[in-house]
Amino acid sequence: MSSSRASTWNKLGDAAYAKSEKVSADLVALTYGSFVREIIKDFEEPDQVNKELEKLGYNIGIRLIEDFLAKSGISNCSSFEESAEIISRVAFKMFLGIRATVSNWNSEHNSCSIIFDENPLAEYVELPPEYTHSLFYSNLLCGVIRGALEMVQIIVECEFVKDQLRGDDTNEINIRFKEMLQEQVPWNDEE
Amino acid sequence: MLLSLFVVNKAGGLIYQQNFSDTAAKLSSNDYLRLASTFHSIQAISRQLSPAHSRFGFGIERIETDTFVLQAFQSQTGVKFVATASPETKNLKNFLRRVYDLYADYVLKNPFYELDMPIRCELWEVMLQLAVEEHQRSNS
Repeated sequence: MSSSRASTWNKLGDAAYAKSEKVSADLVALTYGSFVREIIKDFEEPDQVNKELEKLGYNIGIRLIEDFLAKSGISNCSSFEESAEIISRVAFKMFLGIRATVSNWNSEHNSCSIIFDENPLAEYVELPPEYTHSLFYSNLLCGVIRGALEMVQIIVECEFVKDQLRGDDTNEINIRFKEMLQEQVPWNDEE
Repeated sequence: MLLSLFVVNKAGGLIYQQNFSDTAAKLSSNDYLRLASTFHSIQAISRQLSPAHSRFGFGIERIETDTFVLQAFQSQTGVKFVATASPETKNLKNFLRRVYDLYADYVLKNPFYELDMPIRCELWEVMLQLAVEEHQRSNS
């Protein structure tokens, strides 16, 4: 990844962040917290809770992408690699106020990790022992990424592999590229 | 002078139509729907004429006639914004960008708006009207 493009994206992220309206981080953290508690009450099983959070995130992502494209000035991504960089440098900055880094590319270049040390959603959270090996508190983020990318024809799978709330040294979301949706041609004589 | 605005979803369905001037052609709602989906298809077909094998670009962006111009803008997600205006109208591209901003804010952020369905959001109407007035002023 060339450093000049990286710094351009950093600047785009900063600009979009500066332009956007801010709300209190505490309000977000507390709202999200009571949200997660409510879902835990409803579904009990941590695995199910993770799934629900992901689903919620997905529904946010498919809407948020339009806001991202409209406000960030990003036009076209030429590769999955570029998309990942833009998510971490522009989108994370714009919506969470933090910058993430992309690393851990596999040899086929279809899987990578987004790593971030600061997580505004989990600022005050201490997971009770019964959840430290099962719940991914911020699993919403995985859904947001999956939903947003799906709307620009990129199908991915996302999951947390490291979470500071579980005692890991950082937060890490793994993104695996599945396929590009083909553009639909309105007619096809051959079929 | 702006005549009318169409918003077309990624499947070619008309989700919003509004005239801004009495001189705009009035068609039946069925005709608007047909027009939107036909334009959607023509645009997709026109992309195939592109000489460079580019994934980007979205085909016809502007049609000029003696009596009006048609300007189209498509987001990466496939939502299309199409405006018609009198031939001398300037800054149509900027106007459509602005409409896209409003769509991202006042349509998609409304939790009760269902994706790809007709737009019935009051705030969007209000903000759109303001954007139209602003554009008319900048053109007069």
